[in-house]
Amino acid sequence: MAREHPILETHELTIRFGGHVAVDHVSCAFERGTLTAIVGPNGAGKTTYFNLISGQLRASHGKVVLNGQDITRMSVPERTLKGIGRAFQLTNLFPTLTVRENVRLVAQARANLGLDLFSMADSHVELIERAEHVLAEVRLLDKASQTVSALPHGDQRKLEVALLIALGPQVLMFDEPTAGMSVDEVPVILNLIQELKADKDRTILLVEHKMDVIRTLADRIIVLHNGALVADGEPATVINSAVVQEAYLGKRVTEAAHG
Amino acid sequence: MLMKLLSGDRPASPVLTVLLLVILIGLAFAPFLFPGSKPLETAARICIFIVLVASYDLLIGYTGIVSFAHTMFFGLGAYGTALGLTLGGASFAAAGLGALCGVGLAALLALAIGLFSLRVKAIFFAMVTLAIASAFAVLVSQLSFLTGGEDGLNYKIPRELTPAFKLFAEPVLGLRIDGKVLSYYLVFGVALALFLALVRIVNSPFGRVLKAVRDNGFRAEAIGYKAVHYRTAATVLSAMMAAMAGVLLALWLRYTGPATTLSMEIMVDILLMVVIGGMGTMYGAVIGATLFILAQTYLQALMGLAEGATAGIPLLSALVAPDRWLLWLGVLFVLSVYFFPTGIVGRLRAGKAGAA
Ligand SMILES: Nc1ncnc2c1ncn2[C@@H]1O[C@H](COP(=O)(O)OP(=O)(O)O)[C@@H](O)[C@H]1O
Ligand SMILES: [Mg+2]
Repeated sequence: MAREHPILETHELTIRFGGHVAVDHVSCAFERGTLTAIVGPNGAGKTTYFNLISGQLRASHGKVVLNGQDITRMSVPERTLKGIGRAFQLTNLFPTLTVRENVRLVAQARANLGLDLFSMADSHVELIERAEHVLAEVRLLDKASQTVSALPHGDQRKLEVALLIALGPQVLMFDEPTAGMSVDEVPVILNLIQELKADKDRTILLVEHKMDVIRTLADRIIVLHNGALVADGEPATVINSAVVQEAYLGKRVTEAAHG
Repeated sequence: MLMKLLSGDRPASPVLTVLLLVILIGLAFAPFLFPGSKPLETAARICIFIVLVASYDLLIGYTGIVSFAHTMFFGLGAYGTALGLTLGGASFAAAGLGALCGVGLAALLALAIGLFSLRVKAIFFAMVTLAIASAFAVLVSQLSFLTGGEDGLNYKIPRELTPAFKLFAEPVLGLRIDGKVLSYYLVFGVALALFLALVRIVNSPFGRVLKAVRDNGFRAEAIGYKAVHYRTAATVLSAMMAAMAGVLLALWLRYTGPATTLSMEIMVDILLMVVIGGMGTMYGAVIGATLFILAQTYLQALMGLAEGATAGIPLLSALVAPDRWLLWLGVLFVLSVYFFPTGIVGRLRAGKAGAA
């Protein structure tokens, strides 16, 4: 029954900051098991669109629908428990805690143990194992005991991705996951996203600038420009379309188009 | 076994371990080691303040919430017990009922404050708690028919806890086990249990979430923890612990008044103790409370001696006069914050990491 709905839909989703419309009536449906790349120049509204879906920002207008259920009014933790997970563009971790503890906290949230006052946290060995398993996947296990604030930027980016993987939600939103990583770290993360994609119960939204990455990973591309959805379709088609050529390659469209 | 009692929270520094053991032994055998009523008063105060400061650390150190209402909760526990004993007579049942009311009221008030004001900015929350605590102090002083106003309440406690009561006919290890000694062990035992409970709480899955909320509430929400609920729960727990410390104080002193429970001065003392000891460590509360209360009690006496010794030197003698003890405590505080910004416990742990 619920299967008839797309996993995630936005209807006319809009947010204004004062007079500025950062996301402008974006209607889009995402099918289960697909990876959609979201592209657009800086300031196009990609991060803001994510914030509206995961709840960090409240829509001025429009709806967010998960599995047929309207979640527009739900708080961030409620949406998280419903299955929306998010990795942030600007690294957003627990800086005074260790790398292991950062991931363990996610596993603990998933196991719904947060209100347990009486047991010792470290007696829940399965949570630590889960955390270390994910850390091994992103190649951070050797740094598990380090404090996050002392970690190099590239490692913090990897940890950001690790938190989302540990959360294991139905909808995974990656916001420029490889930005700021060194060349040898990038494939690790891309392979992980590829693996996640193989799981047909998961749906991935990926903001990414590297066109070659998008070409290999994405089933579909949507293009945001000044907050509006201006193109939507198969990667090959969209990449060659006029709007993308203009937005990304700075090619000028004909004067007539501006007319 | 021992690690289980400490919830796996190792002192993680040999010096700290020794200090903690010395304090534990000193407090556990205080009536035998330090005869006389003044040392026992001091030991009981230390026990009570360890709980009070540790419960404040749960809030400020582990959850990152600054509150100025901690003495109000302390006072609620104390006044609850005092009123129970005043109105119900010197029985354990009356004290217990009063304590229950005081602790319960503290929990409800903390819940209300938490739910209504923990959504706002931290600085605003601190202001709200300051306003509520001041209003509460005024209320207590004005309801003098009930609370005794500024004079406070004097009352009788159960006979088993008074010096008139003798447990054994013969002294044990040279000490007569009277009601005062029993009373001390009640304070010590409950304080120890409450402290260990706090250590367990901060090392539980819940306690770990508190640290996450402190570090980055925004991200804590994005992985599924409702930050305001955790902040409120921490506020309530901390308030209940403070109130229980107040219960102990009321039983121990046989007197409850604004100066011993509600004053801003005590709030400042708590802040100093938690900072000197080391925030977010629990053991810092033990070290901070012990050092501070020892200084408070004996610095004046020590300075009296120093004044006598330097009587010939005009300026120096005036500087070390007992009346200046707060000045010197202030100097000590500034120095300790300057040299040990993470408190004594933080300093000891860092020293160990540096050597390793
Ligand atoms: N909280 C906010 N308040 C005001 N303006 C904002 C806020 N968040 C984003 N914006 C504006 O919205 C626009 C879209 O930003 P963003 O979504 O971060 O773009 P992108 O992620 O595509 O680079 C930008 O012009 C940005 O300045
Ligand atoms: Mg962005």
